Amino acid sequence: MRFQLTEDQRALRAGVRELLAARFDREALRAAVDTPGLDRALWRALGAAGFFALRLPEDEGGVGLGLPEAVLLFEEAGRVLLPGPLVATHLAAGVVEGAATGETVVTSVDGSLVEWLDAADVVRVGDARTVEKDALAAVPLRSLDPLTPLHRTAPDSALHGARDGAHDVVAAAALLTAAEQLGTAARTCELAVQHARAREQFGQPIGAFQAVKHLCAEMLVRTELARAAVYAAAVTADPLDIAAARLLADEAALQGARDCLQVHGGMGFTWEADVHLHLKRAWVRSRRGGSAAGAEEALAADLLTARGTSGGHML
Amino acid sequence: MDLSYTPEEEEFRARLKEWLAKVLPTLPPKPSPDDWPGRRAYDLGWQRMLYDAGYAGLHWPVDAGGQGATPTQHLIFLEETENAGAPYVGAGFVGLLHAGPTIAAEGTAAQRARWLPPILRGEEVWCQGFSEPDAGSDLAALRTRAWRDGDDYVVSGSKIWTSHAEAADWCELLVRTDPTAPKHRGISWLAMPMDAPGVTVRPLRTLAGSTEFAEVFLDEVRVPVANRVGAENDGWRVTMVTLSFERGTAFVGEVVACRRVLAEVAGEARRNGRWDDPVLRRRLGRLSAEFRALWRLTQWNVSEAEGTGGVPGTGGSVFKLRYSQARQDLYDTAAEVLGPEALDLGREWVIDRLSSLSYTIAAGTSQIQRNIVAERLLGLPKGR
Ligand SMILES: Cc1cc2nc3c(=O)[nH]c(=O)nc-3n(C[C@H](O)[C@H](O)[C@H](O)COP(=O)(O)OP(=O)(O)OC[C@H]3O[C@@H](n4cnc5c(N)ncnc54)[C@H](O)[C@@H]3O)c2cc1C
Repeated sequence: MRFQLTEDQRALRAGVRELLAARFDREALRAAVDTPGLDRALWRALGAAGFFALRLPEDEGGVGLGLPEAVLLFEEAGRVLLPGPLVATHLAAGVVEGAATGETVVTSVDGSLVEWLDAADVVRVGDARTVEKDALAAVPLRSLDPLTPLHRTAPDSALHGARDGAHDVVAAAALLTAAEQLGTAARTCELAVQHARAREQFGQPIGAFQAVKHLCAEMLVRTELARAAVYAAAVTADPLDIAAARLLADEAALQGARDCLQVHGGMGFTWEADVHLHLKRAWVRSRRGGSAAGAEEALAADLLTARGTSGGHML
Repeated sequence: MDLSYTPEEEEFRARLKEWLAKVLPTLPPKPSPDDWPGRRAYDLGWQRMLYDAGYAGLHWPVDAGGQGATPTQHLIFLEETENAGAPYVGAGFVGLLHAGPTIAAEGTAAQRARWLPPILRGEEVWCQGFSEPDAGSDLAALRTRAWRDGDDYVVSGSKIWTSHAEAADWCELLVRTDPTAPKHRGISWLAMPMDAPGVTVRPLRTLAGSTEFAEVFLDEVRVPVANRVGAENDGWRVTMVTLSFERGTAFVGEVVACRRVLAEVAGEARRNGRWDDPVLRRRLGRLSAEFRALWRLTQWNVSEAEGTGGVPGTGGSVFKLRYSQARQDLYDTAAEVLGPEALDLGREWVIDRLSSLSYTIAAGTSQIQRNIVAERLLGLPKGR
């Protein structure tokens, strides 16, 4: 057993972080907030870097890597709040023409919500069908997250509520979303710590106050627990491991962003600070794939099976 | 990232399981919690069986008499012994997990030869005399004094919360040898025989009703200078070696056990009808996620230790913070499932619920762990 990143995985992560720092730094993030819209050039750059084709076999023009590498990419994407229907396009690689290279932007219907509908070239339902945008009869929402345009499908649309697809695709979508949440958890912890070291009140850095210190410590604890769960689920691809990863990553991102906001004080409540962007994106991601209740119920049901009672010996 | 075990590791597991299946049925019945001579004999008997089978001191270095097993093999050992329902390390805890590793790391050849083999063979029990009435979280404030008198130290003071004191032959004792030095610099580490004149043990009853720990009063106890491990006044550093061992793999078996208990709680809910409550089911599901993740975090930390030559990382504090909370949540949920029976001490989970309350206190309270995580891992400044 060697449950640690390999050299290659570390290099991959460093490479993506570098790419994103060059192509989507803080300035680009704020520019995207001011002028919403999908940056096609960036999308193609991601495609060229293998972001979408990562898991396609090499003889199909892909990179030939697996879910463990994919979660590292999506964690980095989550850290910088990279906008766009990343998960849907990644999952469409090799199925929808041009998705792998970043030529085609693919989104998908998730329950009654569709992210990035206007910007997308192709809309999918589940993993198999491609639908015409008109057939959705979708209406735009005033999206909570300035970086995720949202549509709602009409209640009487035949597609309303569609969420099914092959199990492995649904599970992969949940896992990649969890990886993005992990990125937000890790990043908001860092932002909180940076601020807590720099900001002084009562003649000392606020990070010297235990009330602040302990908030930060718990942020790290939630992040590291979520990390272990997300990475392990990427290795096993087990639907229940993925369900667990999703629950812990949601918790780490949602609570992490809130605590980060608290540590920033009044600044945390501004449009100017990035904290709200993390919290809002974390809220959007936490809606994907239905509510947490489904994951909790699946894990609970498993406790009644022989596998559930077999104690700790899992892969 | 690889969660699969190597063929050698799987073979180690298979051999261990086979041995466990053979020997566990031969164990005597478990003694009652207040029968200290019985508990001592039972725990040492199990250690002797491990020794005879070549499993004693699995994670200890070979030159200390251990097996020099890898952290992963140690993980497998703890996992499989728990799965098989083997006895817990019990009275052997301090010897095998604190005092022994400290002596192995810091002791002289003579000290290692004197104290390590009896620990491994299940012949001697150790306890840990660190905490004092006025030195708990602030351990370095300890005041138990040791004066030099010829070849002896003369020790006076008192220790508290000393687990297994009634069963112990030896105590790893922290004493103040230089009261004028800054508090971390005047401490020494001594091995004190518990039967020395001047040692008085007064059992303390825990809220669970049993006498797990005790007060230890020391009245001019003579301890040979030769029993000091490490240099005089260097005891704080020597102790930190011990404490990092404590936070390494100490909870592996327990996480495995918690997963089993959680499944049993679900089964009980199914039988008594509480399963029909979706709020309860969701709570069980969340706990399942939690313990799955804690197991993965354990594997992560063990793999990390594998890379650093067996030294446990600071990940132990992160783990302990979440695990101690999860354990309390588990037994609170069990109580909810039990309903009125949650007030019946005849139910095992009720006792375990009480015991779980110590997890956020013993071995560094959760507040202290958060300080450690914030200051050492996140680099936040110390308060004034
Ligand atoms: C079951 C059990 C077994 C034990 N076994 C042993 C043993 O075998 N040997 C041994 O030596 N000791 C043992 N202990 C003692 C244990 O290590 C101490 O209880 C622990 O370190 C806390 O010290 P204290 O009890 O004096 O509490 P205190 O230090 O007085 O703490 C009281 C409260 O104040 C908080 N607090 C203290 N300092 C700070 C701070 N700086 N910042 C924030 N909050 C703070 C604590 O978190 C806690 O909530 C055992 C304890 C238990 C419960």
